[in-house]
Amino acid sequence: MYFLKRLFFALPLLLLISFLAFMLVHVAPGGPFDRERKPASPEIEHQLQAKYHLDEPAWKQYLRFLGDLSRGDLGPSLKYRNHSVNDIIAQALPVSLVLGALAFGLSVGIGVPIGYFSAVRRGRWQDYAGSFFAILMVCIPAFVLAPFLVMYLGIRWRMLPVALWGTPAHTVMPVIALGLFFSGRIARLMREGMLQVLRAEFITTARAKGLSEHTVLLRHAFRLAILPVVSYCGPLLADLLTGSFVIESLFQIPGLGTFLVNGSLNRDYTLVVGLVLLYAVLLIGLNLLVDFAYVVLDRRVKYA
Amino acid sequence: MPEPAQRAWSRFRRHRVAVLSALALAVLVLLVLLLPVAAHFAARAGPSGQAFAARFDPDQLSDAQFQPPSAAHWFGTDVHGRDLFARVLFGAGISLMVGLVGAGVSLVIGVLWGAIAGYAGGRVDAIMMRLVDILYSLPSIIFVIVLITTLEGVVKSQLEQAGSGWLAHSARLLFLFVGLGAVSWLNMARIVRGQVLSLRHRAFVEASRAMGAGPIHILARHILPNTFGVVIVYVTLTVPAIILYESFLSYLGLGVQPPMASWGSLIAEGADQINPIRIYWWLIVCPGTLLVGALLAFNFLGDGLRDAWDVRMDK
Repeated sequence: MYFLKRLFFALPLLLLISFLAFMLVHVAPGGPFDRERKPASPEIEHQLQAKYHLDEPAWKQYLRFLGDLSRGDLGPSLKYRNHSVNDIIAQALPVSLVLGALAFGLSVGIGVPIGYFSAVRRGRWQDYAGSFFAILMVCIPAFVLAPFLVMYLGIRWRMLPVALWGTPAHTVMPVIALGLFFSGRIARLMREGMLQVLRAEFITTARAKGLSEHTVLLRHAFRLAILPVVSYCGPLLADLLTGSFVIESLFQIPGLGTFLVNGSLNRDYTLVVGLVLLYAVLLIGLNLLVDFAYVVLDRRVKYA
Repeated sequence: MPEPAQRAWSRFRRHRVAVLSALALAVLVLLVLLLPVAAHFAARAGPSGQAFAARFDPDQLSDAQFQPPSAAHWFGTDVHGRDLFARVLFGAGISLMVGLVGAGVSLVIGVLWGAIAGYAGGRVDAIMMRLVDILYSLPSIIFVIVLITTLEGVVKSQLEQAGSGWLAHSARLLFLFVGLGAVSWLNMARIVRGQVLSLRHRAFVEASRAMGAGPIHILARHILPNTFGVVIVYVTLTVPAIILYESFLSYLGLGVQPPMASWGSLIAEGADQINPIRIYWWLIVCPGTLLVGALLAFNFLGDGLRDAWDVRMDK
């Protein structure tokens, strides 16, 4: 029931986001055809404007956009002629999804064990090493790590391709640069969560019952301690998305981020609005999934 | 000093890493502030002073391009033969300024939002905090990007018409201050709201209310001063977050514009010079190390302050 309500609220939110994005891009000075070489006699420019309905008042353009949207059509791109926004998304989305999913896997795969073990070995050298790794990772942004990797792994030692996308080898450096940063955050959350749970009374009870330390930690504590990590996954997805802008531009990966940055520099109205909407849909959907996972893991949470 | 602040201070002093971080940041700020002043005066004091000034001038071009770090150029030189040490320090000034002013903007928005939500309670609180939840899961930096690319031209021409060429010149910087501050207040609002909620039914607040004090008086006089410690902690943690955002935007070419520089734009310039023949590692490593060091220092300082004031981020 709660989830139905959330879904129900998502629709007006998306409308609002689309409206804001549309209007913002629209009031911006400079049209999409300004930077074309200047063959555009006034007549040609006028025809281009008419073809893409740019000569109509803004509210009419927005309504037209909504009408097309209800048929699942995000309109033509104004800059990449002969491509619709749907085409561009169909090309770029899989690339970005693979990059994002791999980076997500890496950051969880490194962050959770490190956080777990530094909490379990609290106060010993493993804890200090793990915590130091975590805070160091939080402070090394992808755009510092990535050029460094490119210079050494890519150019000096020639182990990995320097840029572009295609084979599995192409994914290694972008995924490391994007994922390591977030593994630090996840490790810190995991450690905090674990320490907090280990202080709880039911852990003492479980130990008093004579359960093995292994069972106590993994079956009882871990399940609750991972909750802060799960609830961070929503914002993490958003951060991964934006983090991928830099990574995509550095490694020249043809993903969504590249198109968004270029689109907003080129004033490609339809493309920017379409991509912002796509991001919003993705994030709202994934956040619902995260909430769902939360309920499955923690049965104390009840959504009225 | 009031008593809780005193206790916090004595706890903070025992936190060695945090104190060291604070010292390191203070040294950095002093260097950033004093070097241009020193260079300015040295330039008038004979030839050796002029050499000193030229050496630490971030815009001084020379033929010595791509020199690796040496005694003459501690961080080496860049593509235009400029001294990278001077460039990195100049960039540090811009990065720190954006971080501090942006954190100030986020402080104002966050404290107001949180205080109103917490004090009003009920439905107002629910709506305001639900909005914060929604914003929290949106990639707000996209809005900053769209905002910068769309509105900057308008604001710039408006400012030029208003006859303030200096402001128009730094329009991008203004956008960074406001934009980054405007997307970084969410944590602050949550924290302040939680504090206000727990304070507003304390006896001393009830007493003030019984004596006829209005909500603004109560908030400004009794509640907000008591949230001071928590607010300081989160300002300290917001500064590195904003510095990171700014470097990120500068890296994409949407941040500060040349001839200005920030850590992010310096790293981007270094990344532009990556080529298969020669490796100019210092162009990445020097600004990168300083950025990472400053972020680490702010984080350690924030952690130390948090332990000292003993605040937890409970939802």
